Amino acid sequence: MASLQPNPLALVCELTHRCPLHCVYCSNPRELAARNSELDAETWTSVFRQAAELGVLQADFTGGEPLARTDVIELVRAARNAGLYVSLITSGLPLDEAKLDALISAGLDHFQLSFQAATEDVAEQISGTKTHAQKLRVLELLKSRRVGVTLNFVLHRRNLHQFGEMVAIAESSSASRIEFANVQYYGWGFANRDLLLPSREQLNDFMVKVKATEERLRGKIRVEHVVPDYYAKYPKPCMGGWGRKVMLIAPNGDALPCHAAGVIPGLCFENVKEKALREIWETSESFEKFRGESWMQEPCKTCDRRSQDFGGCRCQAMLLAGDAGATDPVCSLSPNRREVDAVLQSVPASDVTATPEFLYRSNPA
Amino acid sequence: MAIDPNSKPHLATGCRLGENDNQRVLLMPERALRLNGPSLEIVTRCDGKHTVAQIVADLQKLYSKAEPHKVESDILGYLELLQKDRALDFSA
Repeated sequence: MASLQPNPLALVCELTHRCPLHCVYCSNPRELAARNSELDAETWTSVFRQAAELGVLQADFTGGEPLARTDVIELVRAARNAGLYVSLITSGLPLDEAKLDALISAGLDHFQLSFQAATEDVAEQISGTKTHAQKLRVLELLKSRRVGVTLNFVLHRRNLHQFGEMVAIAESSSASRIEFANVQYYGWGFANRDLLLPSREQLNDFMVKVKATEERLRGKIRVEHVVPDYYAKYPKPCMGGWGRKVMLIAPNGDALPCHAAGVIPGLCFENVKEKALREIWETSESFEKFRGESWMQEPCKTCDRRSQDFGGCRCQAMLLAGDAGATDPVCSLSPNRREVDAVLQSVPASDVTATPEFLYRSNPA
Repeated sequence: MAIDPNSKPHLATGCRLGENDNQRVLLMPERALRLNGPSLEIVTRCDGKHTVAQIVADLQKLYSKAEPHKVESDILGYLELLQKDRALDFSA
């Protein structure tokens, strides 16, 4: 191998920041990319080819809502022709039977449908739209089609009580995989954190139930879950390590080491319209910034776990400690951990707010 | 979950073989497994035509220096792992 860097395995493609939903924990940055800044299909096609040459195996089409791109079928075909495994991470709208068939004919491998809750009323409170019934219709359409199906439920204080109903939706579908992803508190989620953080009791109850469900569905549905890191003892190995496995392309072509990297001041991102993907991956300042261990401070610097969790999440260190190079403050060894504990202590045991004053995600220009 | 030797394993919907940098890989939702030597020999036979017993017999021939019982238990263990990963389905 001539290259010093291991190659990226996944290319996260944010095709657009436009979305019909307004989820209060959206992972997009607070500053959304405008429609007229979006890459055209020709540029995306070149990016897919370059990615495959770089060793990338999977392209994850996401957004915003990737189906909001009128050329999404052409993009699926281009990524598949480049040799990539293509996943569509979607809210399920706008989508009808003909468009679903066209996506699958174009080579779509995997359809990941996101759910905000198990019922329309809770889903509407979270997404600011009535879209739950459409998602159930999409599940029906998927039953007779040859495409991998994952259901993704984003969990928080206002829907954890629906866990059993969520599992029931998955069991009545053709899904081979369920993801239970706790809200990550960046961007919109950070703005709404105090309305979304679950209580410790809720979380303990969830952990017992998810383990039992995983066991019961073994061999039928693969159950995966992400623990909310505010409650963890050690941080998550964010993105599998900075610039180690994943490359994210924003709608305007900026190449980022993770979704939220824009919150780190002073970090400049290269754009795929100006530079080759390989050059960005191997030499750009933003991907180099937190690679390896030389950037680490104590306690990470000499910690036995540094090669497992890579110091946790840089964006969370920025948000909570004001320093992107600090130990992730959720870590029990971090000098900032007590601030996270203080946030958790203010979480009510049972929610008393009838109508939470959420900041809903807006739409780009 | 015991595996029936007469069942025919095949890749589950959403899983397929791919190749990158001369390396065969099993592609599946959010994951990819590199396939080398025996694992590649096993997975390429998971085509809905070979029974588990045939796959075992084929590999016992291919790896004739290895203990046949060990080859069989390794294969069954690997198939169970892939089934747990939801990469394989078994038909009668």
